[in-house]
Amino acid sequence: MRFVLRRTGFFLLTLWVALTLNFVLPRMMPGNPALAIIGKFKSGISPQAVKVLEEQFGIATHQNIVAQYFAYLGNTATLKFGVSLTTQPGASVGRIVLDAVPWTLGLVGVTTVLAFILGTGIGILAAWRRGGHLDSLMPPVFVIMTVIPYFWIGLVLILIFGVKLRLLPYFFSYSYSMTPGFNAAFIGNVAEHAILPAFTLLITTIGIWILTMRNTMITTLAEDYVRMARAKGLPAHRIMLDYAARNAILPNLTGFAMSLGFVVGGAILIEEVFNYQGVGYLLLQAVNNDDYPLMQALFLLITVAVLLAILLSDLATAILDPRTRGAG
Amino acid sequence: MATVRTPAGASDTGPGQPAGPAGPAAAGLPLGGGGGGVTGARSMRRMGRAITANRKATVGVVLLALFIFVGLFPGLIAHDNPQAEIYPRSLGPSAQHWLGTTSFGQDMFAQVVWGTRPVLLIAFGVGILATVVAMLIGVAAAYLGGAWDGTLNVITDVLLVIPLFPLLIIIGSYLHGAGTAVMIAVIAATGWSYTARQLRSQALSLRTRDFLNAAKVRGERPLYIICVEIIPTMTSLLVAAFLTNALYAVLFSSSLQFIGLGNPNVTSWGTMLYWAENNEAFQTGLPLWIIVPGLCIVALGAAFALLNYAFDEIGNPALRPVKRMAITKAGAVPIPEKRRRLRVKRTG
Repeated sequence: MRFVLRRTGFFLLTLWVALTLNFVLPRMMPGNPALAIIGKFKSGISPQAVKVLEEQFGIATHQNIVAQYFAYLGNTATLKFGVSLTTQPGASVGRIVLDAVPWTLGLVGVTTVLAFILGTGIGILAAWRRGGHLDSLMPPVFVIMTVIPYFWIGLVLILIFGVKLRLLPYFFSYSYSMTPGFNAAFIGNVAEHAILPAFTLLITTIGIWILTMRNTMITTLAEDYVRMARAKGLPAHRIMLDYAARNAILPNLTGFAMSLGFVVGGAILIEEVFNYQGVGYLLLQAVNNDDYPLMQALFLLITVAVLLAILLSDLATAILDPRTRGAG
Repeated sequence: MATVRTPAGASDTGPGQPAGPAGPAAAGLPLGGGGGGVTGARSMRRMGRAITANRKATVGVVLLALFIFVGLFPGLIAHDNPQAEIYPRSLGPSAQHWLGTTSFGQDMFAQVVWGTRPVLLIAFGVGILATVVAMLIGVAAAYLGGAWDGTLNVITDVLLVIPLFPLLIIIGSYLHGAGTAVMIAVIAATGWSYTARQLRSQALSLRTRDFLNAAKVRGERPLYIICVEIIPTMTSLLVAAFLTNALYAVLFSSSLQFIGLGNPNVTSWGTMLYWAENNEAFQTGLPLWIIVPGLCIVALGAAFALLNYAFDEIGNPALRPVKRMAITKAGAVPIPEKRRRLRVKRTG
């Protein structure tokens, strides 16, 4: 119980820090960024929006900073994120964000599950055949994968499969000529557009699953109960899966719970490279257009998702593995 | 909160997050913390020998030295002004222009060469700055203990779980075109927490050692003990922290520059990628504009990563690559060199 309380307390604290960062950052920067944008778009945005913006960034100096801060916290708690300035002028920020979320969940979510399953499987095999080809190939490949910028892998795949071979589309999430609808043609088109970004994401995320699974599995394989199973003459696949892998999978499972939180923050740069209209792409659009309300809402969304996932995976670990409850 | 940044964190929040449990020295292993009995010259010589003996270290050192040379003397290698738009546009590779020209008519080779310096500045700047911050906070937390430890730990943990890359994007967008110095400050200010954790656990393991008690009994001040007694015993871990931070600085700064959050007028690999992407380099037949700067980032990153792995292996023999194993009655034993080809397949 104390563990749960402490983790929840930490979650709330971190959430508060993220909220406060969102409030403090624009006020800390040299030259008020909101002033700059109001100057830039004075004619383009409605007086209402200007007023909202002034309030959000403390230009309406009638309020002192503490009052502004509490007004901001109140707005956030009631999910009032204001209206978009430039990305879709006048549209509610909440609406725009909700439109982008499903695309990210679909692309990144499915890929994350796939990477987890494939990676864990390969990790099991690599540990089982320790010193085999798979096992000795992996460390150097992993070193290389950690130093390649993910967006660059996406670019290279675009060059090979999109531009040179003309095999796969690499722009947006469906062809402009298609009308969105729930029919086979459209779904097929969406799936086709998802292949390259999903593959980029897959090859960049799979390594860590393989490596954690392999490392825990190697430790587990040295346990007495595995030797016991061998002595009993059980078939190899049963020892591998039911005895070793089953006990070694915990770190990967909690890692998986955590990675679900990173689905929303998604693959910002991969979405950008493929012009895939998810949360990450939207964030960069907001950044390029100085659309501060949209930007702040997205940063909060991404952070909250990550924090929630970390909280849940902590709790899951506590439930699944009693040994961790004391630590914390 | 042992492994906050695990699996997808490695991929999703950023271009190259700490690879969670797999990262070198992730467990804060006491690497050769022999108590500071080795004198400077001797430890340097020992390090030199270790570097030549370890293949990863050799490759890493050679790569890094190459980039440092290019970064120091770009004028010796490329004679063109990298920004000057003086040549015909979009030329292919030729004897005059080894990599061709950009669609603005700049010499691409000159851009790659001159682009080395800002990247190295950021890598070393962040590497040093973030490591110093991590060291001060980690060691202070471990040594002072009590409420200090609690507070500093919470700060470290909070920074560790907030998605760094989105945070950097937000900060970058308020800054409008961060130059090299600002980039260093921002990445270092947000990126020190991962190494601070490692350094803290190492310092914690030292806390009850006799030589620290002796210093306390002598009546030394805490600052003296931290700087003179504790920090020198952590040299190898500090080097590892520097390399980790430098690697992330390279990846983060390049990514930020790629999405246009750097100063677009500074020639660096990240901004090259930004201009190339904005001018549809692939579609207009200039693939080298994207491929070469990317490869440079990978090579520099690999130099830091290889050195980091090598340092781990030098300090911690348990991490050295496994020799192929043979199963005997006594258990797994390394197969002698000559017998490798005839190795026994593991039963199972």
